[in-house]
Amino acid sequence: MSGPAGRAPAPLLTAEEVTRVYTLGRDNQVHALRGVSFAVDRGEHVAIVGSSGSGKSTLLNLLGALDRPTSGHVRYDGRDVRDMDDAELAQLRNGSIGFVFQSFQLLPRITALDNVILPLVYRPGSPRERRERARTALEQVGLDDRVTHRPGELSGGQQQRVAIARALVTEPALLLADEPTGNLDTRTGEEIMVLLEELHRERATALVVITHDEEVAARAKRRIELRDGLIVTETAA
Amino acid sequence: MSLRESLRVAMQALRANRLRSALTTLGVLIGVMSVVLLVAIGQGARSEITGAIEGLGSNLLFVLPGDGEFGAGPQRSSFEVDDVERIDRALPGGEGRAAGYVIGAEAVQAEGNRFNATVFGITEHYLGVVDRTIARGQSLSPSDVATGRRVAVLGASSAETLFPGQDPIGRTVSLGAIRYRVVGVLERVGTTAFGPDVDRQVLIPVGAAQRLFGSTRVDAIFVRAESTVGIEADREAARAALAERLDEEEFSVVSQDEIIGVVGDILQILTWVLAAIAGISLLVGGVGVSNIMLVSVSERTREIGLRKALGARTRDITRQFLFEAVALTGLGGAVGLALGIVLAEVVAAFAPVPAEITWWSIALALGVSVLVGLVFGVLPARRAGQLDPVTALRHE
Repeated sequence: MSGPAGRAPAPLLTAEEVTRVYTLGRDNQVHALRGVSFAVDRGEHVAIVGSSGSGKSTLLNLLGALDRPTSGHVRYDGRDVRDMDDAELAQLRNGSIGFVFQSFQLLPRITALDNVILPLVYRPGSPRERRERARTALEQVGLDDRVTHRPGELSGGQQQRVAIARALVTEPALLLADEPTGNLDTRTGEEIMVLLEELHRERATALVVITHDEEVAARAKRRIELRDGLIVTETAA
Repeated sequence: MSLRESLRVAMQALRANRLRSALTTLGVLIGVMSVVLLVAIGQGARSEITGAIEGLGSNLLFVLPGDGEFGAGPQRSSFEVDDVERIDRALPGGEGRAAGYVIGAEAVQAEGNRFNATVFGITEHYLGVVDRTIARGQSLSPSDVATGRRVAVLGASSAETLFPGQDPIGRTVSLGAIRYRVVGVLERVGTTAFGPDVDRQVLIPVGAAQRLFGSTRVDAIFVRAESTVGIEADREAARAALAERLDEEEFSVVSQDEIIGVVGDILQILTWVLAAIAGISLLVGGVGVSNIMLVSVSERTREIGLRKALGARTRDITRQFLFEAVALTGLGGAVGLALGIVLAEVVAAFAPVPAEITWWSIALALGVSVLVGLVFGVLPARRAGQLDPVTALRHE
């Protein structure tokens, strides 16, 4: 693993002078991001912190290729998200990004296994192969005995583990975690962070954690702080 | 996302809301069922009626009053008994192929039994021309007809009603105040759903009937052609013979095929009208599907956002919801078809109206139900596909 001082690989993702303006009414424009630039290397662990209204959710959407910037560029492997059409964006999200949400975002009516299979459905492969991969992913998060449980039958920590399994089953280059411990008690939150970091190290997956929790942020190698749509500090641990 | 996967996901979603899916399907089900059932009844009526006309015997020509235009309303007949003989003489190859009748309704009674019968006053060759046979006794003789003698031949049901368990031959029946001696009983024909029950007829000589009804006319004349080949020559001969005495507008000579053609066409239109009425309920069912799919899309906004975040394209989401709509209507179509067929069988078994399932009504019902799903599913499905993942994920 090369640090900032070592041999510099091409960054996984770059943000260049990214702005995002929401037009809510005729004369009501919200400047959520006002020109944000940074890069995330492969295998890097970055925390993006800020209070609510700082623009971190907007940034998450842009990094997750769920949204396009008003101006500036978000590039994955040098490819600008703005130049991608609906199908290409979908493919980028499916192939390169694994989302972990604060509220888990599991489908309540289907089993843990089917939830983990969900992203695999949008890529080629046989149902049997998908099931095997999903089972392996659930094993890796320590839930091999909860495969046929539905989300409602699982604890918060277990649900977040299912969500993590769903994020890693596609073997993404980037794990994008939005307040992953926000809905969990401290001990469970700690366990989840340990799990995320383990997976990040073992698989050399970049881990970007968006949080307002300084303890969570402190675990990252690098910390980017947002305030009012701008980066105010960027520090390497 | 593969088609199979889309279908699996659609079925999963429908199972998750069983009652709602069932109720939505019910709308389409009833629509398809009514289309199948009503078309079956329409088609059944058509075959029954054309069958009844065919049952009069093939190679039959009908000499009818009026110019033969359908929809012109009943025409007053100008035919006389002499016209029957005129036509018969004019036909190539021997006599006995033309017969006329005058028809009326009259209460008939015998030994305290009484019912309202269809009374036919017939000319000499009538029974032979319309292909009826005597079961017992004898037919009306040429002299009976020539003199208008007060004798009668009874239909099988007429005989049973008037003389239950007895031999009617030689006994007396009364039509109005006039008494007739029974000389014969006809072979039973059996019931048909449409038209008068021919087994409840009472046949008397034409002269006697004319006296009974106070008429000098013959209502219609039948001509039996010797073969389908000779039918045109017979038609020409009959027309020429009548034209000696009557104007062209006063009569027409039509073949059985022509009547079947016209009646068949009318009943086919009736069938289509029935299908169209049933189709309206299918349309209403489709609106129900559209409605419930919109509800479903709005309920599952977060699921849609999530699927998009996990790599679903707009197309994948649209297809998923379209499949759901089609699965709903397709299922309704299949069950509705099955119920329609069963009901048609029940109707055929218990009602006098026959029912006939045709392949095109089956194809139409299934095709239309899938089409209804596509048409009414498109709007909700497109709405689902175009949801913005960011907003959708935040949706509560």
